[in-house]
Amino acid sequence: MHVYLPIAGLSVNMLVIVLLGGGVGLLSGMFGVGGGFLTTPLLIFYGIPPTVAVASSATQITGASVSGVLAQMRRNGVDFQMGCVMVAGGIVGSGLGAMLFRFLERLGQIDTVISLTYVALLGSIGGMMARESIQTILAHRRGEAPRHRQRRHHPLIAVLPMRWRFYRSGLYISPLAPFLLGVLTGVLTVSLGVGGGFVMVPAMIYLLGMAAQVVVGTSLFQILFVTAATTMIHATTTKAVDIVLALLLLVGSAIGAQIGSRFAMKLKPEYLRLLLALLVLAVAVRMAVGLTWRPGEIFSVALE
Amino acid sequence: MTRAWMAVAALACLGAGKPVLVPDVSDRQVQIVYSFTGADLLLFGAILYPQGRAPDHPADIAVVLKGPTQSILVREKRKVAGMWLNADSARFRSAPSFYAIATSRPLARLVDGRTAAIYELGLDSLQMSPASSAPPDEQNRFEQGLIDLKRRAGLYVQDAHGVEISDGVLYRARIAIPARVPVGRYVAETFLIQDGKVVAGAVREVRIDKSGFERFVAQAADRWSLAYGLVAVGMSLAIGWGAGALFRRR
Repeated sequence: MHVYLPIAGLSVNMLVIVLLGGGVGLLSGMFGVGGGFLTTPLLIFYGIPPTVAVASSATQITGASVSGVLAQMRRNGVDFQMGCVMVAGGIVGSGLGAMLFRFLERLGQIDTVISLTYVALLGSIGGMMARESIQTILAHRRGEAPRHRQRRHHPLIAVLPMRWRFYRSGLYISPLAPFLLGVLTGVLTVSLGVGGGFVMVPAMIYLLGMAAQVVVGTSLFQILFVTAATTMIHATTTKAVDIVLALLLLVGSAIGAQIGSRFAMKLKPEYLRLLLALLVLAVAVRMAVGLTWRPGEIFSVALE
Repeated sequence: MTRAWMAVAALACLGAGKPVLVPDVSDRQVQIVYSFTGADLLLFGAILYPQGRAPDHPADIAVVLKGPTQSILVREKRKVAGMWLNADSARFRSAPSFYAIATSRPLARLVDGRTAAIYELGLDSLQMSPASSAPPDEQNRFEQGLIDLKRRAGLYVQDAHGVEISDGVLYRARIAIPARVPVGRYVAETFLIQDGKVVAGAVREVRIDKSGFERFVAQAADRWSLAYGLVAVGMSLAIGWGAGALFRRR
């Protein structure tokens, strides 16, 4: 079942792409992450040009996060005020990211920077998550009640000027903090094709100290709008959004996510987090190894 | 009809003493549609000798299919501080995006290096117009790297026995066009080679184009990029919402 991708300019096995989307969707349904950090590297590995992979993966994440946002909204789990500040930051960030992307592309170092950023981000977040989940699991085994970390924002956040009240999040902090966080994820979305949920969620919990019940919903809300903005930026600048590729990925991930979320209910959350941490770490290690191994191709060609 | 006239014209030339080529290609237009996984192009034709019969030393045939030339930058990775990074680069102003040559005998036995260079016969004789002042051996290294890369992608092909000549007068060669082929105007050249010299040549044009839906999508992405982006976002919103609604109802 081969199908020709009009923008990527090559033909792929339709089933492979749908299954890839399905697998990523399964994981995203299970763990509540977008899964962009898996889609983009896997697409590149399959032979899709990196820019097309990054752009189309962003398009797919938009679709993957819609139903999540709607579900969270029904549950009253979105802080719209916080979300809008983050979206504003995200749009600024994706604009900056696009410029950075083009600059690095001209230098010929975009692939290396993408891999290095992946290794640093996934390595540190995966490590943190693994440590936290193992501690929780061990505490459970010993029969201790899990210690509740006192919810408060990081001292660095308190330094920022100008404070707003975010009622739903239960915070009185400077809007610059979520804005800057939004900028960071915007840059990541444009250049890596990830939603940035795996950066946002820990940052919202540990840096901002947001109320737990609005963290996931607000992060999904931000991802929805920033990936949509990113699609527009890629469509008008790099022209690398492959609508057929995004469609195939979406069909797979829409189905996979539903199965995954059912799966998730059967597992304890700390085991789920440990599994996700191991997966994230595995991707980081694979990327780190890829940087140091002699690559399959020494030469590469770029059109002028 | 035109083909018939060409044959008549060719027959009229027979008295001239030099052999004449009557070439053709199986498709003047290769259409890339959704199911495109590559195509085979057949280049065939007849060699018309004076007096109408093949000489004792039959001539050889080389067919070349060349894609539009591109200006490209070739980068070379090198190990820096334990990591493989793009280090040196070289610019080529006129590298063919696709180049396939098929000959009836190995090229080295047909022509010498000079003739090969004049007619751009063979992968080692491509005129890529390097645009740097780097020393020749370095340029050569990049050129070989590029050829090797394109070769394994199926975009540069050299087939030493790709042309079949039957009864000394009819020839045919099959050239495989991979799915990753760039679109544009291609040129199919046929050369008749005798005693190390090109004695006749003919050129046919082949167009490779996206068609139907693929063409529409590629054009839309290029010309109406804003609308294209909006449609892409709208599509993913609709599918994401639809799938969620569908599963929730169950």
